[in-house]
Amino acid sequence: MKGRKLKSTVGPAAVMVGPVTLWLAFFVAIPLLYVFLMSFCSLDENYNVVFSFTLDNYARLLDPNYISIYLQSLLIAFLTTVICLVVTYPFAFLIARTLSKYKAVFYMLVIIPFWTNSLIRIYGWRTFLGANGWLNNTLTAMGIIDKPLDLLFTKGTTILGMVYCLLPYMVLPLYTAIEKLDKNLLEASADLGAKKITTYRRIVIPLTASGIFSGSIMVFIPCLGLFFVSDILGGGNSDIIGNLIERQFQSGNNWPLGSALSIILIAVTLLLVKLYQKCGGDLESLGV
Amino acid sequence: MVEIAGVNKSYDTANFVVKDLSLNIYEGEFLTLLGSSGCGKTTTLRMVAGFEEPTNGDIRINGINIQNQEPYERNVNTVFQSYALFPHMTVYDNVAYGLKIKKIKKDIIRESVTKILDMVQLGGFEKRYPAQLSGGQKQRVAIARALINQPQVLLLDEPLGALDLKLRKQMQLELKQLQKMLGITFIYVTHDQEEALTMSDRIAVMNSGILEQVGTPTEIYEHPASKFVATFIGETNLFEGYIQEVRGQDVSITIESGTIRASGEGFAAKELVAVSVRPERMKYSTEPVIGFTVEAEVIEQVYIGSILKTIAVLPNGNQIKIERLAGQEMPEKGKIFLYWDQDDAKLIHSMSQVFFEKIDNICMGGGAAS
Repeated sequence: MKGRKLKSTVGPAAVMVGPVTLWLAFFVAIPLLYVFLMSFCSLDENYNVVFSFTLDNYARLLDPNYISIYLQSLLIAFLTTVICLVVTYPFAFLIARTLSKYKAVFYMLVIIPFWTNSLIRIYGWRTFLGANGWLNNTLTAMGIIDKPLDLLFTKGTTILGMVYCLLPYMVLPLYTAIEKLDKNLLEASADLGAKKITTYRRIVIPLTASGIFSGSIMVFIPCLGLFFVSDILGGGNSDIIGNLIERQFQSGNNWPLGSALSIILIAVTLLLVKLYQKCGGDLESLGV
Repeated sequence: MVEIAGVNKSYDTANFVVKDLSLNIYEGEFLTLLGSSGCGKTTTLRMVAGFEEPTNGDIRINGINIQNQEPYERNVNTVFQSYALFPHMTVYDNVAYGLKIKKIKKDIIRESVTKILDMVQLGGFEKRYPAQLSGGQKQRVAIARALINQPQVLLLDEPLGALDLKLRKQMQLELKQLQKMLGITFIYVTHDQEEALTMSDRIAVMNSGILEQVGTPTEIYEHPASKFVATFIGETNLFEGYIQEVRGQDVSITIESGTIRASGEGFAAKELVAVSVRPERMKYSTEPVIGFTVEAEVIEQVYIGSILKTIAVLPNGNQIKIERLAGQEMPEKGKIFLYWDQDDAKLIHSMSQVFFEKIDNICMGGGAAS
């Protein structure tokens, strides 16, 4: 009796869970394990990876040059997050509250650029902002400037590119949080004597904090890794952790060091997500 | 105290949600705006609160026009239907909200909050969050949060709508006592006529944006000014017909099923009228009564606790309700003759006088031509 019951529940369950487990093993667990093991390997004189356990790679991460790039990376990610938040919040508020009739249109406007590869879109910015780019040419033709402005290859342009790439990740959680906000609460606050600004500070922002937080995490974390943005728009002036990793795997040909860097990045990400959970955020709104 | 003067509200300039509403609400009064959903009662309340602007007309509080005041500038507070408690704040912080915004000293706030929470019997609940409260408790917090600001007028938008019947009855009494004790003017919106009758000093009955009648519960119940009021407030039997004869106050009316009598002033022969007779005032006899020729067939008896209800059918198929306290005699089967004391039947103008004159003109014009 017991055995038959077991059979009838375990069978279908295995069919359902099996493929997912295999998929996760092949595409998540094994690559991660590979990177993890790689981070403890070393190189011989011919730049071949040798399996001899070492912590050298991790020790090299404390190189002052690296540390300044970590800090720069964190700064860029922080500024990008803040800019995304400041730009998006009023926009999301407007769509969710006032213009909810047209929300489908706005949604599409946010989503459509995603159908083009982000690498191509970032190259687009480079063409747009370059010395012979559309912007400089137009301004020169209009007589507003004499010679082309030096717009590319600064921290500013890198941040611009990051904001451009990651903005949609901020829009969606904020929109969801603001839409959930009960209009009666805003009226109740006004009714109790609060001016608009007080209502925002005491009611709107605290109640949409989960959206602000998940949006920020979803911008901040990828911002540490989007190396092609700082490559193309920063021109080596605004390297981020992502650039360091990319270089070790490509030109540096030092996979163990690159792996160690990756492991650190993954650890930071997990830490941030854990922090987010601690503060009451739910993983679902991160799309995890 | 609160004067609503000639207020119209329309969202599209064609359909009026509130039409030409004029209403004075007195100091310390419990006034109920009563009507079915969509009659404009909530819109009226929201205009007093400042969430909606009248299309035209004035709203004055203590003689001061508040038209251009933002909601936060008005000395009125609202208890919302959905309570609208701030979910991220404790009961204490919710109640203290209004005072904190006014930047009142902390110890004074503490004192006021404690006092008002005791008043609504929620002492000891300060640290709870709204999600940890029952419906009735949330309701009390919402009331405390509004009252702590000592508003000139408290606006209540169907505050008991979400509570179960028993709790609602209890809260009705509590609210009424609270209002008497504090002497604050209450404007209360509800669609529940029983609630309105129980609690109000005066009731304003609204129908499709129009104020049908204002009066004390007794006035509204005993002397309905329109068919709508007669049928909306309590149960009634409505007979429609035209006036056959007027002799002083004594009016004789012909209806489809026969002749009936009522009393009223300002009615003329031939006028179309409705006659409202409450079920508990309806009398019956096995023999015809002078002045009445309406026969009915008893079809059903229903017990509703302390009340016994008989349903009879007129020859035209309309149902008539008769109510008595249980234990009293009631007809069981067969034919009965309906009658009543003339003073128990309320005469109501069925159509506007203007419309009636128009019909008269058309008829007379037709007569002249032939």
